[in-house]
Amino acid sequence: MDILQTLSKLVNESGFAGFFLSGGWKYLVMIVVACVLLYLGIGKKFEPLLLVGIAFGALLTNIPGAGLYHMGMWDAYVNECAYDAANDTALIEVTEDGSRVLSVEEYLANLPEGAKEPNIVEHLSFTDVAHFGGLLDILYIGVKAGVYPCLIFIGIGAMTDFGPLIARPSSLLLGAAAQLGVFFAMFGAMLLGFTGPEAGSIGIIGGADGPTAILTTSKLAPHLLGPIAIAAYSYMALIPMIQKPLMRALTTEKERQVKMEQAREVSKVEKIVFPIIVAVFVILLIPSTAPLIGCLMFGNLLKETGVTERLSDTAQNALMNIVTLFLGISVGATTVATRFLTFQTLAIVVLGVIAFMFSTIGGLLVGKLMYKLSGGKINPLIGSAGVSAVPMAARVSQDVGREANPNNFLLMHAMGPNVAGVIGSAIAAGFLIAVFGG
Amino acid sequence: MNTLALAAGKMGIGDAGIAAVLGYAVVFVGLVLLMCVVILMGKAMAGSRAKQTQAAPAQAAPAAAAAPSAPPAPGSAGEVKLFDVPDKEAAMIMAIVADKMGKPLNELRFKSIKEVK
Repeated sequence: MDILQTLSKLVNESGFAGFFLSGGWKYLVMIVVACVLLYLGIGKKFEPLLLVGIAFGALLTNIPGAGLYHMGMWDAYVNECAYDAANDTALIEVTEDGSRVLSVEEYLANLPEGAKEPNIVEHLSFTDVAHFGGLLDILYIGVKAGVYPCLIFIGIGAMTDFGPLIARPSSLLLGAAAQLGVFFAMFGAMLLGFTGPEAGSIGIIGGADGPTAILTTSKLAPHLLGPIAIAAYSYMALIPMIQKPLMRALTTEKERQVKMEQAREVSKVEKIVFPIIVAVFVILLIPSTAPLIGCLMFGNLLKETGVTERLSDTAQNALMNIVTLFLGISVGATTVATRFLTFQTLAIVVLGVIAFMFSTIGGLLVGKLMYKLSGGKINPLIGSAGVSAVPMAARVSQDVGREANPNNFLLMHAMGPNVAGVIGSAIAAGFLIAVFGG
Repeated sequence: MNTLALAAGKMGIGDAGIAAVLGYAVVFVGLVLLMCVVILMGKAMAGSRAKQTQAAPAQAAPAAAAAPSAPPAPGSAGEVKLFDVPDKEAAMIMAIVADKMGKPLNELRFKSIKEVK
């Protein structure tokens, strides 16, 4: 046994050697980025339940040679082309005008030197993913199939009290208004040269709803999933910093001081009937909202019936925690250095914050309109809570309201627009999937 | 503009603007319609509640006449109707419930106590 040759082979096959290959420095940068995200999640408590998972997934996927996630395999799956399992390459050629599927003969004729003996799979299925993929590939099936976001929506539904919304249905207007950022950012992304599906996925960041953003992106632009998920969850954690200056700038002291009247009491029957009616009505209106609205309302029904407490408890706790764990780490796995460190990521980060800002502005402006129309009975600050992000955005309304009037308690009034925003962002996502999903 | 054109790829500024305005309008219309449905649901529920409350006194009147002597139990926050239950036993039941719930008795409201046979 040649010891030197063995050692040389070990060194060449180690992950460290990967850093010295062409473009290998990008993996090093991504490991630093993952550590920064871990710091934000652990040290600064930015949406830690998801950001820690996403950051650790990003860390694992960018360790050269780890083989936990195969980007080429998912490219082949998305583009419905053949896949070389030995070299993790989709048989596709990216050109200036888009991409072109290669025939097996074309691919074999241009196989680069030093490549392994090809192992071509013609039509990839989830079974092939389980066979050829790593751990994170297998977990990612749940994202690709749109399972995790929907399961999370069952948990969100089981944790949400729609009472404030039922008591004051006009809250739905604020939930709608606060989707302004979704379509403004989408428009901006199109102007920057993103395709329709990509722009729609970027815009949905403005819905301030992580699972909705992940589901929409996994259907429309899966190659952008990593940066969009990171932007969505980071900005959700930064909601107080983004919203408070806008709320102070767009409202007067007098408006912020408005004390709202106690909303009417909502009966148990209304709370039980509400998820059934919303599910039927919204899905009939926009069928592509079915996965999100269906799961959200199912979870809420489990909570409100009073006869399915065990299921409600599981949806709120065990199920939610398990899915959050899988979702975070598998979304993080998509942040492969060669895809993440691009101009597109930078543009997504900028457009994401613009989306959040315009969603807040949209909610506040309609809030001001409702203040005028109601003769000063509605505090416009509750408008900014229309950007989902439950309950963070409602808490921000409460905080800013109390700054103006220490006796003001806006939290329950802001919860109406807040949960209306969840429905609004699901409808926005349904529209985008229906229009751009092909 | 059609969905195929939208899905095809990069769009001109006009199409992009139309898609954005259309999307926002769809969300607004959807939620306005939902608001109407929720308002109607609220009105229907309020109507049925009003009917029930109108019917309830009519039904309750003979019962009240049949048991006019049901005394309010001591210690409860409201009036409690006792059906064939002595005061002492009622007080004991309320005390046990309050103890099990970990709440002071004067924060609980007992409506009636009846022996199930």
